[in-house]
Amino acid sequence: MVTECGTTLLERTRGIVAPYAGREGMLVHALQDVQGVFGYLPEDALRVLAEELGVSLSHIWGVASFYDRFHFIRRGRNTVRVCTGTACQVQGSRNVLQQVEKLLGLRNGETSPDFSFTLETVNCVGCCGLAPVVTVNNEVVPAPEMERVLADLRKGNGGND
Amino acid sequence: MTRLASAADLAALRERLAAQYASGEPVVRVCTGSACRAAGSLRVADAVTEELRRAGIQVSVRRTGCQGFCQHGPLVMVDPEGWLYGGVTPSDAAKLVDLTVRRRQLIEHLACRHPETGRPIGSTSELPFYQRQTRLVLRHCGLIDPTSIEDYIAAGGYRALARVLETMSPEAVISLIKRAGLRGRGGAGFPTGRKWEAGRAATGTRKFVICNADEGDPGAFMDRSLLEGDPHAVLEGMIICAYAIGDCREGFVYVREEYPLALEHVRIAIEKAREFGLLGKNILGSGLDFDIEIRRGAGAFVCGESTALMFSIEGKRGMPRVTPPRSVEAGLWGCPTCLNNVETFANVPLILNRGADWYAGIGTEGSKGTKVFALSGKVKYTGLIEVPMGATVRQVVFDIGGGIEQGKRFKAAQIGGPGGGCIAEEHLDLPIDFESLKGVGSAMGSGALVVVDETTCMVDLARYFLSFTQQESCGKCPPCRIGTYQMLRILNRIVEGKGEEADLRKLDDLGRLISRTSLCGLGKSAPGPVLSTLRFFREEYLAHILERRCPAGSCETLKRLTIGPECVQCGLCEETCPQHAIMETENGLAIDLLLCVNCGACVSVCPMECIAEATGEGGANDGTGDEGTGPDHSYH
Repeated sequence: MVTECGTTLLERTRGIVAPYAGREGMLVHALQDVQGVFGYLPEDALRVLAEELGVSLSHIWGVASFYDRFHFIRRGRNTVRVCTGTACQVQGSRNVLQQVEKLLGLRNGETSPDFSFTLETVNCVGCCGLAPVVTVNNEVVPAPEMERVLADLRKGNGGND
Repeated sequence: MTRLASAADLAALRERLAAQYASGEPVVRVCTGSACRAAGSLRVADAVTEELRRAGIQVSVRRTGCQGFCQHGPLVMVDPEGWLYGGVTPSDAAKLVDLTVRRRQLIEHLACRHPETGRPIGSTSELPFYQRQTRLVLRHCGLIDPTSIEDYIAAGGYRALARVLETMSPEAVISLIKRAGLRGRGGAGFPTGRKWEAGRAATGTRKFVICNADEGDPGAFMDRSLLEGDPHAVLEGMIICAYAIGDCREGFVYVREEYPLALEHVRIAIEKAREFGLLGKNILGSGLDFDIEIRRGAGAFVCGESTALMFSIEGKRGMPRVTPPRSVEAGLWGCPTCLNNVETFANVPLILNRGADWYAGIGTEGSKGTKVFALSGKVKYTGLIEVPMGATVRQVVFDIGGGIEQGKRFKAAQIGGPGGGCIAEEHLDLPIDFESLKGVGSAMGSGALVVVDETTCMVDLARYFLSFTQQESCGKCPPCRIGTYQMLRILNRIVEGKGEEADLRKLDDLGRLISRTSLCGLGKSAPGPVLSTLRFFREEYLAHILERRCPAGSCETLKRLTIGPECVQCGLCEETCPQHAIMETENGLAIDLLLCVNCGACVSVCPMECIAEATGEGGANDGTGDEGTGPDHSYH
């Protein structure tokens, strides 16, 4: 669990960023690693990053906000992504999204209040042969099996990021 | 393992490995590509391994990359017969080991069936899906374990590199690639040899080679499958490229973050190659220094555009820039940079091993070699396929894909993703190559081929692609930023039944303008899907506009209610309708579509339950897989 305040976050961020200090073009990589640890990009961590890499916070914000995969608010322990690639679209991904929204009680882009799930869409995960699909924490799940997988997650009280 | 210090070392290692990999040896190959993994193939591999251990049989279980026939996953191939089993579950493991591995018998219920005769067939060579393909670039996919460099070397891997370093000058490599006629597989089809030549001619103390694996096109999974199934072939192509352009010591593979397995396999491949002395300092003792790093994309489609990709590697916002200067003159950090697509690099070792003339003998006049396609959508057999350039759409969709599922009618093949276009029925016999596709307003793109049937609304499909490109537009140039937004607004109006006839003209004008004036390929090709559907499916647009009707019956707001023949004319619906849209006609009650607002009040009061949504020519699809939308199992 992340503690928002205090030294742990700062120190952990320093630890993540250390290998990148002084190397060219590592900003996106560093952001990915920070997000890999915290699940999102906490503002305090970005401040540390700016300090360590010697760039301004606004520059970091400018880069991070350009890319879809960076998030600035805390997210759920489990990420469910409904694939909306062409093949999934043709095979009815809209209805799959509605189904998942119903199952999780979340709308696209929302995180549950207890931080167990985040629901979003992804443009294509390249599993078009099985369309329509959903990914749960980076595991691809064919839509008909989704209900079972989500139920298992609920029972197990959530997996990892 | 010791480093390979020379080409002779590599050859000796291959000799040693060849003895272990002698053909005729029984091997169980379990497909662990992304799609089969999703279907549970890892559990199958574990179960088979366990079963073999229990039976005390010394047969290896190889976890391979994509075997191509994704529709029937999890796939298991059994050598030496080359039998292919589909839909294998962990509970089949015992039978598989006992009957097939031990007694060499075909298990009929797991074997695929011939689509015409229904006869169970064992070997892939008898399956139309494989028979009609020419798998050259995919030759190792599904055959070798992608995490094992030994597998790749035993299959002839790095032989091309060794030969290049030992016997060829960089100029000779470039002229060979030029003679072979290899063109970029990323979509634009620029001659690879010419690009390398420009890279060689460019002066700079630092040069870079980049492999573009930012396969952002929805519906495309060729690059993913290659990186997952045969990563070393791509690395080998990159090292040869670095040698050919000269003075190049650094390379990058830029992979989408959405492809965790591809990232993993490339990472392992790079580590192994370093360990074996095939990357790093003094490769195979030739004096060539070259190393490769991975860079992960962060979810921006525009980063597949080469200049944007380079900015992204530099740690900046991935926005395209004006060219010239071309990347081969001033790319990454202003240094000469040679960027090619995954599939392009995978072709390189093949060309060097088999010769330029052999390669140039495959394909058409202007497009040589083969093309890998990701076949998906409404075909019976989806998957990863490879055909010679010049194969027709009909061959791909019907001979390999087995035609349309559930006997529905072919409507269009969408080729090239968001920057491509639709191939209508009248062009089924069009040979697929770079020029022919351009001629009908489509584009090769990366090789996504999505087939749609009569239940897909073409206007909605065009809108889908446009909303994608509009969302992914980086916003740097106004034509793309504002133009796609305006086009999308018009399309939204049309699918909601609020379109006007003048909209078609506007769409056409806007589309052409955006294509002409956008800064990069994303903007230039964004109107493609709209322009091509306007050209070939104009009547669908007109139906939406003039009749407020969706011929495919899939546009929500245009769903129409009709009264079925069970009606007893009780009149309840007539009283309930707030719009007074239900009238008595000579043939009983009917709903006036111009008045009806689809509120559903009549549906809820009808005692006969005979009022329902009328679909167009086909029913809408709910995508949950329980309404007959699942895979067609006629192979089973």
